[in-house]
Amino acid sequence: MAVPSYAGPVERTWYYLYRLMCAAIFIFLIAPILVVIPLSFNAEPYFTFTPEMLSFDPKGYSLRWYADIINNDQWIHSIKNSFLIGIASTVVATTLGTLAALGLSRSELPAKRLIMAVLISPMIVPLIISAAAMFFFYSAPFGTSFALTQTYTGVILAHAALGTPFVVITVTATLVGFDKNLIRASNSLGADSVTTFFRVIMPLILPGVISGGLFAFVTSFDEVVVVLFMAGFEQRTIPRQMWAGIREQISPTILAVATLLICLSTILLATIELLRRRNERLRGVTY
Amino acid sequence: MAQMTETADRILTTADGTPLKQALARATRRNKIRAFILVAPLLAFVLVSFIIPIVDMLARSVDNPEVQAAIPETVALLKDWDGTGLPPEPVFAALAKELSDKSKRSEIGRMGARLNYEDSGFRSLLNKSQRRADKVTSGPYKEGMIAIDADWGKTSVWKTIQLTAPSTTFSYYLNALDRTYDENGNIVMQPEWKQIYVHLFVKTIYVSLGVRIACLLLSYPIAYLLATLPASKGNLLLILVLLPFWTSLLVRTTSWIVLLQTNGVINDTLVWIGIINDANRIEMIYNMTGTIIAMTHILMPFMVLPLYSVMKTISPNYMRAARSLGANPLVAFVRVYMPQTIPGVGAGSILVFILAIGYYITPALVGGQDGQLISNFIAYHMQKSLNWGLAAALGAILLAGVLALYWLYDRIVGVDNMKLG
Amino acid sequence: MKHLLKSAGVAAVGMAAFGLAGAASADTLTVVSWGGAYTKSQIEAYQKPWIAKTKDTINSEDYNGGLAEIRAQVEAKNVTWDVVDMELSDAVRGCDEGILEPLNASDLPKGADGTPADQDFIQGTVNECSVGTIVWSTVYAYDTTKFKTGPTTIADFFDLKKFPGKRGMRKTPKANLEFALMADGVPADKVYAELATAKGVERAFKKLATIKNDTIWWEAGAQPPQLLADGEVVMTTAYNGRLFNAIVNEKKPFEIVWDGQVWDIDLWAIPKGAKNKDRAWEFIKFSTDTQRLADQSKWISYGPVRKSSFPKIPAAVQPHMPTAPANFKNPLQNNFEFWADYSDELNERFNAWLAS
Repeated sequence: MAVPSYAGPVERTWYYLYRLMCAAIFIFLIAPILVVIPLSFNAEPYFTFTPEMLSFDPKGYSLRWYADIINNDQWIHSIKNSFLIGIASTVVATTLGTLAALGLSRSELPAKRLIMAVLISPMIVPLIISAAAMFFFYSAPFGTSFALTQTYTGVILAHAALGTPFVVITVTATLVGFDKNLIRASNSLGADSVTTFFRVIMPLILPGVISGGLFAFVTSFDEVVVVLFMAGFEQRTIPRQMWAGIREQISPTILAVATLLICLSTILLATIELLRRRNERLRGVTY
Repeated sequence: MAQMTETADRILTTADGTPLKQALARATRRNKIRAFILVAPLLAFVLVSFIIPIVDMLARSVDNPEVQAAIPETVALLKDWDGTGLPPEPVFAALAKELSDKSKRSEIGRMGARLNYEDSGFRSLLNKSQRRADKVTSGPYKEGMIAIDADWGKTSVWKTIQLTAPSTTFSYYLNALDRTYDENGNIVMQPEWKQIYVHLFVKTIYVSLGVRIACLLLSYPIAYLLATLPASKGNLLLILVLLPFWTSLLVRTTSWIVLLQTNGVINDTLVWIGIINDANRIEMIYNMTGTIIAMTHILMPFMVLPLYSVMKTISPNYMRAARSLGANPLVAFVRVYMPQTIPGVGAGSILVFILAIGYYITPALVGGQDGQLISNFIAYHMQKSLNWGLAAALGAILLAGVLALYWLYDRIVGVDNMKLG
Repeated sequence: MKHLLKSAGVAAVGMAAFGLAGAASADTLTVVSWGGAYTKSQIEAYQKPWIAKTKDTINSEDYNGGLAEIRAQVEAKNVTWDVVDMELSDAVRGCDEGILEPLNASDLPKGADGTPADQDFIQGTVNECSVGTIVWSTVYAYDTTKFKTGPTTIADFFDLKKFPGKRGMRKTPKANLEFALMADGVPADKVYAELATAKGVERAFKKLATIKNDTIWWEAGAQPPQLLADGEVVMTTAYNGRLFNAIVNEKKPFEIVWDGQVWDIDLWAIPKGAKNKDRAWEFIKFSTDTQRLADQSKWISYGPVRKSSFPKIPAAVQPHMPTAPANFKNPLQNNFEFWADYSDELNERFNAWLAS
């Protein structure tokens, strides 16, 4: 979009004002994230730019907050936990979610709307309600004393439930453009349904599965409300640790953790973007 | 297959002689079952790990076992009491016996906690009576109990016990709507200083609407820019929307604290430029302002993305046509372009509203005293006051609101059309 | 249910891969306290000697008080906490609700000077389900760089004219209502009688309202010194030990005002059904002996609950104790019975008041 050649001066002014406004909005979106990065290298325990930092004096910068993370058992433990819980819940969510998406994409499925509504519900129900409900139920499932609160299993199952809608949605979306004739072709050429699944369907829907999986992973990795209610000390995750830090005493260590998380989200974003493009290319869709 | 017709005299059959209609029905049934088998594991998983817990929690909002569990005999005898004066002697005798039962100790403690929600003082009344009830071993029990605590001689105490005895109750819902039972069982408003939740629900709705409008105002221009730029530039700028979307909620909330606090980056910059002086730093966080700013930022991608995907499909030719027909740019935009974006506006608005109305983390961290929303009070009653029935009742009301919105969203956009990323 | 088990299997494999498997064994205790400088003092004075003596592992966990977590664990029959540091009102309430283990107080060791435990402990610090450790108090402190002549009385805390600037207060009615009434002229010994009346509650809230718009509400004990240090407030209520840590250990320019201090005790308790109940009780007996209680005061200025520990308190810490004569001129003891009854109502009222 450029200024049309026939535009008058008023329109031109408008155009530049509009551009300026957009720039401001983009700054609003991105600045809060970027500002954390330099501050995490602050040599002082403050949350603003010190004069040394502004004059780019190397003395104003340090890696002490990063060293803090490495030397702190609780942070290290929570990082391990976040990955463990994130990966385990993603495996559960992706497996179940992909199967369900395959079923949902079949036109024969009865009561599709209702089933979809149930499957999507973990995404819709406010987290505080989900967390409270899971806390009660997992404390004593079906009145038994087989408590899942304060266990890894409990947190993983809860996170898996929260992550499945994302897998269902992304994989279903991938399957919308899926040519059913490929399955028929495969079957008519003598492949059984397992072979067909792994050799024909899977490669085609893989980008959708992976991006669904990444969504599920991020859901778990970023989740704090369920962890607040259900996890014990043993299962503390990164967000839980950050939550405690922000509420009690914000130390710049949190900024260092935040910076690391921003790096991680950049990598995830890039992966998703590559997958999306690959998916489009494979399906011959071009925009 | 679909256009096959059937006449009365000639029945189509398959190669092995089964009527085609039957074979087809069987195949369809098989396919139905196969499709369902694929969905079943997840359906079962979501039902067990998610839906049942929610139903279970909703049940807690009317569940009222405490008094029954602690003093069943007294309650049974109390049923026949007409509510005037004091209950007859056998009720006191039963109470004295049941309170002195050491094995019921924690039940009585819980009953005290439950009754204390209705009227302060019950907790110590019951604890005190429990400690001394075993001294009242013979009649007259009425005098004995009143000697332990004069409160046992009050009609209102007995009426409260009688009212709180049934094993289900609506009193948590009433409480959640700032109402309560008076001692005769009529529904009345809570005293003014106790009225909080209706106001909170209204406030939550206003904040969610405010955030929604702020999101829309900020998202519309940039979604338009993204949709009309050439793909290469557009995709690059889209990253600026997607990066916040993918960044941890807590990171973004931390960032806003760093930016907005009294000695934060923005205030420091303003002081340094000289716009404000050091003594008059602006309070932008730990209040409603902070909550709205941070929530708008966090929820904005949920508005930009649906808007963008709708705008992407609008052909620029409509605008060109309008212009060439003599409309000025503003008119062309408002009359021709904007109406076509309404599906995106609707989708984004409902999505943002649904997410905002149940928000917990951000208000809890940056809300201070007046930026707390209904979710924060649910958490408070879950974790601090331990009034789980009230938490469940508040949650049920919130859930009903969200489900209504979800239904609306499904009607307008369709759940299957939900796009991510 | 099948899926539950299946995923449990997945989780177990995952855990083993990360080497995180293995729950609490017999010689691991989970000790829960309030975090920050306070937990550090307990680690130094109680836990390190205990670990040296028994080779146990101790997990130190933080919480912000209250009974919610304990009740949840007990109801779920999955109690992972072994020893919890509690406020008196919570310990009494927890005992009444049956979620704390009853303790056999006659087992407590004699004082170092041979005094039997029941006479050595200050009265009211050993209860059916809990054993006291420290006397602590809620006081207020101000930033000395902000005032030429600082505030000296509790009334000054509410005087925005004489001492302008932001205040910090704990986000709970407890202690705040007492402060408000004392500032409004109610003598310490009449405070709870006044608060038990509707008029008194009204009066307390009215007084609090005079500074409401200038108050930042904190929740965790580590916050108020931080708020003072960051310049977010000019004066704030806080636990005296946290202030001691900021003033003495971190050399912050704060000054404590002891007038109208609300003092209370903290106690050890064991949640009902704790996995290492017996070990936990051993730990409690060990940590509340004369020497351990005296040692703790080296790290934080909370007073021991054993009389036999007093002479062993280092002289340098003596003047920072809530019970030091110079500080103990106008004290108010937190009335746990009052709060057991009225905390529901007053919390509700306080929240409504905050949100309005």
